[in-house]
Amino acid sequence: MWKWLHPYAKAETTYKLCYRLLPYFSWLAVITLVSGSIWGLFYAPSDYQQGDSFRIIYFHVPTAIWSMGAYTSMAICGLIGIVWQIRNAELAVYAIAPVGAAFTFLALISGAIWGKPMWGAWWVWDARLTSELILLFLYLGVIALYNSFEDKRTAARASSILAIVGVINVPIIHYSVEWWNTLHQGASITKLDKPSISPDMLWPLLLNISGFLFVLAALVCLRLANQILINDARRPWVKAMVSEKTNKAEQSKNKATLADKE
Amino acid sequence: MNNLSTSKPLSYWSAFKSIFIREIKLAWQKPTQLVQPVVFFLIVVTLFPLGISPAPKTLQMIGPGVIWIAAILAIMLVVERLFRQDYQEGTIEAWLLSTVPMSLLVGAKLLAAWFISCSVLVLITPVLALLMNIETHVIPALMLSLLVGTPILLFVGAIGNALTVGLNQGGVLLSLLVLPLYIPVLIFATSLIEAATLNMSYTGQMSILISMLLVSCFFAPVAIAAALKNTVN
Repeated sequence: MWKWLHPYAKAETTYKLCYRLLPYFSWLAVITLVSGSIWGLFYAPSDYQQGDSFRIIYFHVPTAIWSMGAYTSMAICGLIGIVWQIRNAELAVYAIAPVGAAFTFLALISGAIWGKPMWGAWWVWDARLTSELILLFLYLGVIALYNSFEDKRTAARASSILAIVGVINVPIIHYSVEWWNTLHQGASITKLDKPSISPDMLWPLLLNISGFLFVLAALVCLRLANQILINDARRPWVKAMVSEKTNKAEQSKNKATLADKE
Repeated sequence: MNNLSTSKPLSYWSAFKSIFIREIKLAWQKPTQLVQPVVFFLIVVTLFPLGISPAPKTLQMIGPGVIWIAAILAIMLVVERLFRQDYQEGTIEAWLLSTVPMSLLVGAKLLAAWFISCSVLVLITPVLALLMNIETHVIPALMLSLLVGTPILLFVGAIGNALTVGLNQGGVLLSLLVLPLYIPVLIFATSLIEAATLNMSYTGQMSILISMLLVSCFFAPVAIAAALKNTVN
């Protein structure tokens, strides 16, 4: 496995990998999201209790799932970066953070929009809502810490440490909040809790869950590639790549002008 | 120090002890820094009856939570300048160069910091409990929760301070990093006090708090050492 992983410690290889993967992820995201959303929004049967407003589940649940998934993968990247001193993994932490924060924000907003007609309130201090809000704060902490350092290497390592500390806390926060909630409110009002969902509703949901995963992956690839490029802007491989591209552009320009002349 | 080549390597225990004593001595020389968090703690608690209601029933209900939140804010003040002076003077660089593991030295520093700034908070809690009209049988539970909880807050907050010590803008960023991590401690501590108010056993909450203390004792010095190394380099 090391032999397979080792080349990606080099910035250039990871950069190329990112751009190789990007189109696959993007197209998969477009296909799954379009089909899943159309299926879910127009063809899936409406809920016997919630009517059509349940359909926001096709955006709420995927973003909520991947907001947590992104945090975990961010912390794993941080751990790899700190333990094995792999700089690309540290860069991945900051590549993931804003995307994860956006997903968390979307999950909170879509939850609020869903909660208003169902529960009669935009916000209730429910366990899941609260831990999702805290997750947003954790993301914002990582982003703020990264941005406040001048030296980006120190910034990346500091935010990696914070991400690791945070991920140890995520389960504690989750269970403490759940416990706190049950202590104070008695019966839970969470209707999402393990919904026994019919297959016609479930399939578009699964499609959208995978679709949002591809969106996450595509955005992270793009951001990571950009981070690497910004970091290595003065390295020979970037210069070589840039000059190659400008040469190609000039060549095609020359060809075009030749064709014009002919 | 005269002949380094023949001197014995520093034993872990003597290094721990010397840092602990150094911290206590330093704190003794600057008593204002000792008093500030305590006064802050008092003032924050005083604001609540003025802002919400002085009715004894209301105070009794919100009292423990208010005292805990005030303690958290006071500890944020302590944590904010925990490593700042050491960083500016170069003490941390000296720690990095020593043969003793950094996390051990950090542990000594944290222990001393708890005795210097947080133990006083625990000790004056009964006075605040009287101000907030908290029943007397709840006060031991409140003090116990603070006794176990404040070191957790200090250790976790110290991670945040170690991450931001190289930056000139501490406060707001530090609270963004640290306060979300304080939430579980707050939840378990207040539920412990609630159980005590209802005359129920609170060993369950207590054992969770103690286990959180042990986990933070073990991991925080390692994380702080890593963060400080990162900042100094």
